[in-house]
Amino acid sequence: MSTIIFRTIAPYIAALAVLFSIFVLLRGHNDPGGGFIGGLIAASALSIYGIAWGVAPVRRALLVHPIALAGFGVFLAAFSGFLSFFVGKGFLSGLWVTLHLFGVEIPLSSVMLFDTGVYFTVVGAITTIALTLEEPEQE
Amino acid sequence: MPPSAIDGTLIFALAPFVAAALGPWLKSLVGHRAGWILAIVPALLFVHFAQMVPAIADGSVLRAGIDWIPSLSIRYSIRLDGLSLLFALLITGIGTFIVIYSGGYLKGHPNQGRFFSFILLFMGAMLGLVIADDLMSLFVFWELTSITSFLLIGFDHTRSASRRAALQALVITGGGGLALLAGFLLLMISTGASSLSDVLASGDAVRDSAAYLPILILVLGGAFAKSAQVPLHSWLPNAMEAPTPVSAYLHSATMVKAGVYLLMRLNPAFGDTLLWETILPIFGGATFLTGMVLAVRNTDLKQILAYTTVASLGVLVFLTGIGTEMALTGAVLYLIAHALFKGGLFMVAGTIDHETGTREIDGLGGLAGKMPITFFAALIACLSMAGLPPLIGFVAKEVLYEGLWHASGVSLALAVAVLGNAMMFAVAVILVFKPFLGAHQETPKPAHEGPISLWLGPIVLGLLSLVGALGLEATTHAIVGPMASAVAGRPLDLHLHLIPTGLKPPVILTLITIALGVVFAVVYRPLRRLFVSVLDGIGWGPDRGFDQILRSLVFLASGLSDILQPGRMKGYVTITFLAVTVGLLVPMWLFGEFPTFMGINADAPFYFWVVLGIAAASLLAVLVAQTRLIAIVTLGIQGTMVAIIFMLYGAPDLSFTQFMVEILSVVILALVMTRLNLSPTDHRPFPTRLRDGALALACGGAFTLALIAVIEQPFDPRVSEFYAEYARAIAHGRNIVNVIIVDFRGLDTLGEISVVMCAGLAILALIRLKSRENRGPLARPDLDQGESLKEAALDQ
Repeated sequence: MSTIIFRTIAPYIAALAVLFSIFVLLRGHNDPGGGFIGGLIAASALSIYGIAWGVAPVRRALLVHPIALAGFGVFLAAFSGFLSFFVGKGFLSGLWVTLHLFGVEIPLSSVMLFDTGVYFTVVGAITTIALTLEEPEQE
Repeated sequence: MPPSAIDGTLIFALAPFVAAALGPWLKSLVGHRAGWILAIVPALLFVHFAQMVPAIADGSVLRAGIDWIPSLSIRYSIRLDGLSLLFALLITGIGTFIVIYSGGYLKGHPNQGRFFSFILLFMGAMLGLVIADDLMSLFVFWELTSITSFLLIGFDHTRSASRRAALQALVITGGGGLALLAGFLLLMISTGASSLSDVLASGDAVRDSAAYLPILILVLGGAFAKSAQVPLHSWLPNAMEAPTPVSAYLHSATMVKAGVYLLMRLNPAFGDTLLWETILPIFGGATFLTGMVLAVRNTDLKQILAYTTVASLGVLVFLTGIGTEMALTGAVLYLIAHALFKGGLFMVAGTIDHETGTREIDGLGGLAGKMPITFFAALIACLSMAGLPPLIGFVAKEVLYEGLWHASGVSLALAVAVLGNAMMFAVAVILVFKPFLGAHQETPKPAHEGPISLWLGPIVLGLLSLVGALGLEATTHAIVGPMASAVAGRPLDLHLHLIPTGLKPPVILTLITIALGVVFAVVYRPLRRLFVSVLDGIGWGPDRGFDQILRSLVFLASGLSDILQPGRMKGYVTITFLAVTVGLLVPMWLFGEFPTFMGINADAPFYFWVVLGIAAASLLAVLVAQTRLIAIVTLGIQGTMVAIIFMLYGAPDLSFTQFMVEILSVVILALVMTRLNLSPTDHRPFPTRLRDGALALACGGAFTLALIAVIEQPFDPRVSEFYAEYARAIAHGRNIVNVIIVDFRGLDTLGEISVVMCAGLAILALIRLKSRENRGPLARPDLDQGESLKEAALDQ
């Protein structure tokens, strides 16, 4: 699988795909997309990179073990649910804040935090599976 | 009594739980003396409850409560009347001495702190049980006593006998608890009562209920299991594996009486029916005689006491079932007498064990000189147990006989009572004579008197048996009368006498009992040999039955898992596909709900048919592919075509996801193939391929039929309209699918991503385990244990 063309192009594809996945994640509330799809795109980006260059560079690039990303995702999603307790609403009620930065209106919400949690969980879990399978059997 | 005091009880009753949390800490601070400090908690509670005696004696019922789980209308509420007050006094009073006793008895034990914690937890649970008013909170405390009893019996967890006894007690009392829960739920549904007060105030509602029989059987199941009635009694003698303070407290004075408590509590609402008056005396009487026979048969002090406890519980159930005023009064008196003398006797047995190193009754003798205080305590307790004046046990027996005489005259019940009591008398005589009098015997440890913490409890309990009887009028007014009234469900006016007023039937029966008892005591040794040979001849008992049932369960479970969990991927997939196919097709066939295909839209655009054609062709290719990689890729093509269909019909999100899933599953499947070193070609012989292919087609076909049938149903647009209308308005999102996922049904999604994470974790572990196995043999603990259990079951 490690032809020179694939190995050369893979980092660019992976970088673009990760960027695209974040774009998909953020637009998800109003247009097709969201955390789940974004997570799948990012996971495929990472596994392409892994197939081309081997697992070690991907692990280095990720800094943490991918399953930790999945755990972080679940934590983030649950955490966003607890935020609503502080304003006396039920678990997972959506909260919205609108920021004005440099004249741009940026709506932020606990729902977005939740979707980011979904994104991380999917990336983490799928990447865990893919990378573990890609790794040659040790010893 | 001001209303605030009973509200305070609501909080104070939870104090033992706090003390339980402090127990280990205090133990590490002051060592075994922590017992004296911790005993303050039950002592204060005792004083608190004692203050209520006058109010309760005047006939008032104190109640308080707060909402616990309002959505299920479960409350934490308490009800104090004569019955619950007496139990509360027994639990806190005896509990005080038990905690002190534990300090001395387990002095130097490495886990003494944990022991304090467990026994105080139990105290809290038991107290909660007897004062609970709400049925569900009663059940919760009921189960909590089973669990704490499990912990205490298994306290010495390094011995397998303890572990077995603990498990047995948990299975039997816990199983009874489940029956009780079912009974309570049925009771609540059929009468609408949610608390004991409701049940007691409902008059004949329970008796007239159509569900009376099932409710009665379920509740009796719970009560009989807890109070060790034949044939569920075997856990109680085995529970003697626990340290002696536990036996004295849980398994004689308090917990085992929970079942009796419940029967007495429900007597006004449940009793006075033919069923009640038949079942209870039969089981109670059988338990009484069985317990006495087994008590005579045994030579271990604690075992003897345990079986006499079984017998006494039988008496209580027996009397509650007879249900006349005098019988109930007898039950109340006997309950008090038994708690006092048996709690004391267990502590005496523990002291003997502690100071001499043996509990074998044949290995003990002449201890009276060495342990005078313990001897005195044992003497009083045994006099009360034998039913001799001037102790409370005597009064109890007189009233018992009077009740039986008036209820049925000369009858089988009376004969059972006389015979059982005579044996009880003989056992009491033996318990005094064998260890304490006669020739001195050498014991493993040189016998000497125990410290004050060991003899304080038995002495005080013994004196209470004496004082209670001597001041019978006051006792009757303050304790016995209110309790008997609560049990009977109407105020009773009792006049009891310590000294018999004349040569009435009860006195004659007592004389017969004593005469018979003396005979039994004289021929005790031959009698025991007789019982031993008879019981050995039978050779089977509920204790062995319990083992047989457990073994069959293990056998069944391991056989079932062998079928369902063969450990081969193909087996799992076949079972799953088969189950799905059958589950989808059979209901459709049974209810005639096959789709009519009327709604199929044949004039779909040309490109739709092309896409569908490619999908079908790639499916066929999967079935006939010789190379595995081709099969995987063509499966991916089929999935991509489905994604295109989603796109064509306006579901971009779904289509998007489907694309990504297809790509990733092809990648992962290909990786799995290389990882597992599967050969690139498919070597299945033709018949196998035919079978697998048919199963796959059947499963897919069943799904298709089900989906078409669903689509043919008239479409109800309300849900879609709701989302379309509110996605923007409430959730500030235009993408309805995403809004549903992250907002409207966020909790579902949270659950789903947790599953995704766990799946990732599981696969990681699985692959790691695989590569580690390649490195060297690794025991698979789950399988090995299952195998050994099965082998053990086969060996038996």
